[in-house]
Amino acid sequence: MAGKKIKRPDGRKPDEIREISYELGVIKNADGSAKFKIGNTEAIAAVYGPRELHPRFLQDPNKGMLRCKYNLMSFSVSERKRPAPTRRDTELSLVIANALSQCVFLEKYPKLVIDVFVEVPQADAGTRCAGICAASLALADAGIEMKELAGSISAGAIGDLIVLDLTKEEEDWPKGATDIPITYLPRQKLITGLQLDGDISFADFKKALKMAMEKCKDLVKKQEEVLKARYKGSDEE
Amino acid sequence: MNEGIIVKPRSVVIPGETLARGMDYLPGKGTYREGEEIISSLLGLVDIKGNVLRIIPLKGAYIPKKDDNVIGRIKDVGYGSWEVDINAPVTANLLLQDATSAFIDKDLVDIRRFFDVGDYIYARVVKVSKYMYILLSTREREYKKLSTGLIFKIKPVKVPRVIGKRGSMVNVLKSETNTELIIGQNGVVWIRGKNRVDELLAKKAIKYIEEHAHEKGLTDKIKELISKWRDEDGWKKD
Amino acid sequence: MKEYIIELAKSGLRLDGRGFLDIRKPIKVEVGVAKKAEGSALVQIGNTKMLAGVKLEIGTPFPDTPNQGTLMVNMEATQLAHPDFESGPPPPEIIEIARTIDRGIRETKMIDLEKLCIEEGEKVWMVFIDLYPLNHAGNLIDAGALGALAALKNARIPKVDENGKPTGKLTNKKLPLTKEPITLTFVKIGDKIMADPSLEEEKVMDARLAVSVSGKDRINALQKSGTGGFTEEEVFSIIDNTFKLRKTIEKALGEVK
Repeated sequence: MAGKKIKRPDGRKPDEIREISYELGVIKNADGSAKFKIGNTEAIAAVYGPRELHPRFLQDPNKGMLRCKYNLMSFSVSERKRPAPTRRDTELSLVIANALSQCVFLEKYPKLVIDVFVEVPQADAGTRCAGICAASLALADAGIEMKELAGSISAGAIGDLIVLDLTKEEEDWPKGATDIPITYLPRQKLITGLQLDGDISFADFKKALKMAMEKCKDLVKKQEEVLKARYKGSDEE
Repeated sequence: MNEGIIVKPRSVVIPGETLARGMDYLPGKGTYREGEEIISSLLGLVDIKGNVLRIIPLKGAYIPKKDDNVIGRIKDVGYGSWEVDINAPVTANLLLQDATSAFIDKDLVDIRRFFDVGDYIYARVVKVSKYMYILLSTREREYKKLSTGLIFKIKPVKVPRVIGKRGSMVNVLKSETNTELIIGQNGVVWIRGKNRVDELLAKKAIKYIEEHAHEKGLTDKIKELISKWRDEDGWKKD
Repeated sequence: MKEYIIELAKSGLRLDGRGFLDIRKPIKVEVGVAKKAEGSALVQIGNTKMLAGVKLEIGTPFPDTPNQGTLMVNMEATQLAHPDFESGPPPPEIIEIARTIDRGIRETKMIDLEKLCIEEGEKVWMVFIDLYPLNHAGNLIDAGALGALAALKNARIPKVDENGKPTGKLTNKKLPLTKEPITLTFVKIGDKIMADPSLEEEKVMDARLAVSVSGKDRINALQKSGTGGFTEEEVFSIIDNTFKLRKTIEKALGEVK
C-alpha cells in the first residue's frame, strides 16, 4: 500500500526512463565511437581493434578477447574523484567487458583484442549501463562483427516501488533502495549483465527484471535508428 | 513467418537484423545463419546476388584473405624470412622461398639485399591460417619492391569503390593523372607519376572517392574534378 | 577439459561426482583462529580454504555519513593459495569478488552502522574485513562471504587506547548485526547450471551468478561474472535454488558463537 504512494522526485512514472540521446563517431581516431546520454548521466565509448593482443600469453588461438577500461572523470561527480583507477573502476571495467562479450563474434578474431574505453564526464547514476549502451554502438560503428546490439538499464526499487533508471537521489533513498543494473541481448534472450544491491523480495525482483528486459529491447531499437540515420544516403542503387 | 528476403537490397542494416528467412538463402560475408534466418553481423549495406546475401561494410579493419593483393612495409628481417606490416591486426610473413624464384642460399647471402626494414613491397596473400598466420608471396612478375612513389592509406572498405567495377574507376584515375597506381586490398595505395603534381592530384582524387563513395555518377565527376583541380591552385606547372 | 565436463554433465554428473545442486563437503567454520584480530574465522568448503579477519578501530566517519561507522572488505590473491596467483595488488577478478562480498554485507545493512557511531562527525568504529584464500579450489565468493559472516559474528569490540587503537583486550560486546545474508554461487557450463563450482568448473564456465539472500524471500545481492549470459528462467531458477540450499550453509554457521 505504502509503495503506491511513493512519487519519484522528478515526476517520472515507475517504468519511465530519463531522456536519452545517442551520437556516433565522436572520437575520430578510434575505430568506432559513440556518446550516450540518459538524463544527467553521460558516457563516451571508443573502440580500438581488432588489434594484436599483448602480452602474448593472453592470446587465445581460438578466439579474440573483448577488454574494457571504465573510468569516471574527476569532475564527473560532486566531490572530486582522484584520477587514478579505483577498485570500483576496476570492477566495472570487468563487468562491462563481461556484459558485451556475447555480442561480438569473438571466434572471428583469434589471438586479437577489441579494446573498449568508457569515459564518464558526468555521473548521475546508471553510468555503467550508459557506458554499455554507448559501447554497443561504438562496436557496430567500428565494423566489428556482432551477433546483435546490447541494451542496458538499471532497474530497482525505492521503498516498495519498483522503478527503472534510478537517479543518484533515488539510489540514496532514505527508506532504502535496491539498484539492479541489467544488460540484455534481445535476439539471444540472454542476460549478460546482472548486479543487485539492496533488499528486495524475489517476487518484486522478477517484476523489475522483466521491466528492464523490455526497456533494453527499446534501447536497442533506438540504437538501430541512430545507426541507420547516420548512414542514410549511403544506400546505393 | 514470411519466407523470403526481408530487407531492400542496398539498404543499411545493423548487426542482429534479420535479412531473409528460408533455407534456400545462403549466408555470405558479414552474415550468419540462425535456424531459418539469415542475420547480419555487420553495420553495412546488404548486397544480394542470387540467393547469397552479404554485407558491404561501411567501416572495418582489413582482415586478410587468400589471393588479396596488398602493399606492405617490412618491419623486421629474420634468418630466412621477413615480418611485414600489411595494415591488418596481425603482421604477415614472407619467406625467402616465396620472395623470389631465383635460388638463394640464406646461409651465404644477407637477405636484406632484397628487402630491408622500411621497404615497401607489393605482394599477394598466399595463405591465412586458422590461427591468423599470414603468408605472402612476391614471386610472380607483377609483385615487387616499391622504391619510389607516394604511399598513403585509405579505409580498406572503400577499396572496391576506388578500383571500380572491373577497374573502371582506377583506370580513369590512371589516365586522367598520368600515373601508375596500385590500390592494395588492404587500403594502402601507391602512386608514381612523372611529376609530384600528378601524384598529388591522384591522391586528392582518391581521397575524394573515399569521402563520397556512396554518390552516383562518381566516375564522371572525378574526371571533371581532376581537370578543375589542375586548372585552379596553380597545378599547371612543371 | 570443457568438452569433457559438458559430456559428463549430459549424464547429470560433475567431475568430482557431485550432483548439480550439491555443495562440496566438508563445510567447516572455525572461529577465533587469529588471536590478534577482533574477530576471525577459518572456512572450508571442499578444498577451498579461506581465512577471514575482522579488525576494529576508532576513526573519523566519511563526510557524507557523519553518524555511521565505516566498513571495508578486501580480499588478497595470496600466492600460497594457487600457483597462478602473482605477487602485487589483487587482480580485477579478485577485486570483483571482494566488492561483491562487500555489497552483500553493506547493502543488506547487516551491520547497523549507525550503532557504531561514537560521536557524530568525530568518532566512529571502523570495521575492516580482510579475506585471505589459503587454498583456492574454486568459489572464493561463497567461502569469503561465509568467512566474513562468521568473523563478524565472532568479533568483539576491543578495549582501545587514547588513539582509538586496540590494546589487545576485548570487551564482551558484539557487533550490532541485524541479519545474516547467505551467499551461494552457481556457474553455467554449456546449458547446465551447477552450484558451488570447483576451480576446474570455474575455468571452463560460460557465466557465474553469486546470490545473497536473507529472511524469507529477500534478495540482497547479485553478481554475474564471466563472458556468457543467463536466460531469465536460469536466473530465477538459480535464485530459487539459493533459497532452497541455504540451510546447508546456515547449519555450518549455526555452530558458531
